[in-house]
Amino acid sequence: MYDDNHLAERTVTQNDIKISANKVNVHYGESHAIKDVDVAIEDKTVTAFIGPSGCGKSTFLRCINRMNDTIDICRVTGDIRIDNEDIYDRKVDPVQLRAKVGMVFQKPNPFPKSIYDNIAYGPRIHGLARSKADMDEIVEKSLRRGAIWDEVKDRLHAPGTGLSGGQQQRLCIARAVATEPEVLLMDEPCSALDPIATSQVEELIDELRKNYSLVIVTHSMQQAARVSQKTAFFHLGTLVEYGDTGQIFTNPTDERTESYITGRIG
Amino acid sequence: MPVLWLLTLLLALALVGYVLARRRALASAGGNTRNLHSLPSYYGSNAALFVLVPSLLVLALWLVLQPILIGASVRGDIPPEIVSDGSSFGLVMSDVRRLADGLDAAVGQGAMSAEEARATEVNFDDVRAVLGSVGVALGSAVDTNVLRLAQSYRAISATFDMVRTVIVLGLAIAGFLYAYSRTNADFRARNTVERAILAILIVAASIAILTTVGIVLSLIFNTIEFFQLYPASEFFFSTVWSPSFGGGSELGMLPLLWGTLYISLVALLVAVPIGLLSAIYLSEYAGPAVRAFAKPLLELLAGIPTIVYGLFALLTVGPFLVSFFGQDGHLGVNWMGGGTAVMTAGLVMGIMLIPFVSSLSDDIINAVPQSMRDGSFGLGATRSETIKQVVLPAALPGIVGAILLAASRAIGETMIVVLGAGAAARLSLNPFEAMTTVTAKIVSQLTGDSDFASPEALVAFSLGMTLFVITLGLNVFALYIVRKYREQYE
Ligand SMILES: Nc1ncnc2c1ncn2[C@@H]1O[C@H](COP(=O)(O)OP(=O)(O)OP(=O)(O)O)[C@@H](O)[C@H]1O
Ligand SMILES: [Mg+2]
Repeated sequence: MYDDNHLAERTVTQNDIKISANKVNVHYGESHAIKDVDVAIEDKTVTAFIGPSGCGKSTFLRCINRMNDTIDICRVTGDIRIDNEDIYDRKVDPVQLRAKVGMVFQKPNPFPKSIYDNIAYGPRIHGLARSKADMDEIVEKSLRRGAIWDEVKDRLHAPGTGLSGGQQQRLCIARAVATEPEVLLMDEPCSALDPIATSQVEELIDELRKNYSLVIVTHSMQQAARVSQKTAFFHLGTLVEYGDTGQIFTNPTDERTESYITGRIG
Repeated sequence: MPVLWLLTLLLALALVGYVLARRRALASAGGNTRNLHSLPSYYGSNAALFVLVPSLLVLALWLVLQPILIGASVRGDIPPEIVSDGSSFGLVMSDVRRLADGLDAAVGQGAMSAEEARATEVNFDDVRAVLGSVGVALGSAVDTNVLRLAQSYRAISATFDMVRTVIVLGLAIAGFLYAYSRTNADFRARNTVERAILAILIVAASIAILTTVGIVLSLIFNTIEFFQLYPASEFFFSTVWSPSFGGGSELGMLPLLWGTLYISLVALLVAVPIGLLSAIYLSEYAGPAVRAFAKPLLELLAGIPTIVYGLFALLTVGPFLVSFFGQDGHLGVNWMGGGTAVMTAGLVMGIMLIPFVSSLSDDIINAVPQSMRDGSFGLGATRSETIKQVVLPAALPGIVGAILLAASRAIGETMIVVLGAGAAARLSLNPFEAMTTVTAKIVSQLTGDSDFASPEALVAFSLGMTLFVITLGLNVFALYIVRKYREQYE
């Protein structure tokens, strides 16, 4: 079903570990959403999270940049390290962390500002641009990387909320890359996109891989197979299987993984 | 038959009609509800409606017309000589009505028999004594002539009551018979009831609208009348307000309008920052526990009657301010002559408006989707950066709307200014001086011993009209802005 030869041939180089999680548990009030997850995510790699709806992919992703802090009832325990630094340590400022670990949300959420200001928001907060020309350049570069420049270059000062759903999602991707994060977390970035925009975003992901570590949640097996080097399969809050994408898709060790990939559960 | 009895009887008839029609409907369907067009209760309601609606309508009309008709017929009998001495037909009529009511009461309490009440040859002083014993005191102008008129008034009333009872009950029974005769399995009772409900809703809505229209019209007519007695240009542009009921008063509204706007401005300067900041704290920073007790507590402020705020201004805030800004005050500036001042009223009114601004803004801030905040946090923004750059701009139109609504409340506020701002109409920039507002002057112009046809009293209506136009404008503007804001997230 998948292009077995292509997957098997994929060269698997060993990179440094960027993010390592140990015995991570997440509770929403009484409900136990993530159970004892251990995972080591490599630098300069695309890692795909797959799994049936409600299995905790988004929840785990949000642990990595401490977005769960904003949910009152959410409690995270365990140990998550980025560059071997415990991000839940008291000394770590979650605001600083989120500047380093960017995120694209499952639902597009542009600010009710102009397209330009949406992109310029992060760079302004972090003082990344020295001049107006600098900022213009950042905005253009980010919009190009978000594969949306051609559609919006003539209306940079129109409101971002006036774009179509797919355009808004690419605007949010552009907004996230504008702050030059080291890690980019993408929660179903292509669920609202047409095939052309999807392949543009996938190209972007591939390009970003040169410098960053990326984690992408997706419901599309094809997409996971196309863009990722590593794949993690979640089921009912546990990490069932984690390994090289080629191996997961051609030769999964757990039968739940196999059933999910071949479309029997999910 | 008294109206209360009549109403009870009508309701009982409606109930009987309901039960009978429901039973008949069921019987016509052979006891099987499925064969009916509508549920059985609809047939019952239909009958009850036919009993009540026409009879109640006629009853209401009758109650309005009866006093007018009887008044007209009795008035023809009033001999002109008893009206002559400085009194009027209206006054005599009210004596007649009073005496007639007194006789009714006396008969009702058994102090007088029905024959005695009708008797023409009686000693009037006896009547006066009997009525006094049942609690109806009569004026000295009431004499035998009036007694005679009252007796004929009672006689006519009795006939009218009688006819009224017969007609209303007749209508109720006819309505029932009609509805009952139409009750069978195929009759669409549900649709009839639906239409009746629609009619009730329309009537309720029109009462509200017509009342508003009526109020506005009365304002307009009285304003026009005022402008016929007093030049409009003087009213709008004169800077002197000095009414004197002997005539020759100057009625320029500018000092009043200035007082209103100045006090409202001070109030908003207090209410907007405090209200807005507390709304931000409550919606963005406070934990659920704090929120659960702070928000109701803040809204409690909104439940305090304005007269209590007025007392607070008069007894607490005024003297407190004087102790700082007055003669021999802590600051030694002697800016403030007395406790009543623009500042006093403005501060207290501001406190009154805080919950208004904060709870409206709180709702608006909460309406900003959480995903906006997440987007900002996800880019590494702090809480206050997020609030300043994402939440407030998104909520701004709504907040402006809330502020405008608060402004229109401030402009219409009366009690606080009556007690806190003083009564002097003055055009001054000093916020520690006493001033007065449009609303306070409306009260004082109408509560005096004045003739309602004089410009000094009528000016109240044109002042009211001015206020009405200003607050209407503010409200329309606020609604426009709030509505525009609504469209953004949809
Ligand atoms: N804010 C929240 N409050 C309470 N429970 C939550 C919250 N967010 C998620 N959950 C619960 O946590 C579990 C995991 O949710 P999560 O959003 O991580 O799933 P997901 O794998 O991303 O699903 P999907 O593919 O549909 O996006 C679900 O059972 C969900 O009900
Ligand atoms: Mg999800």
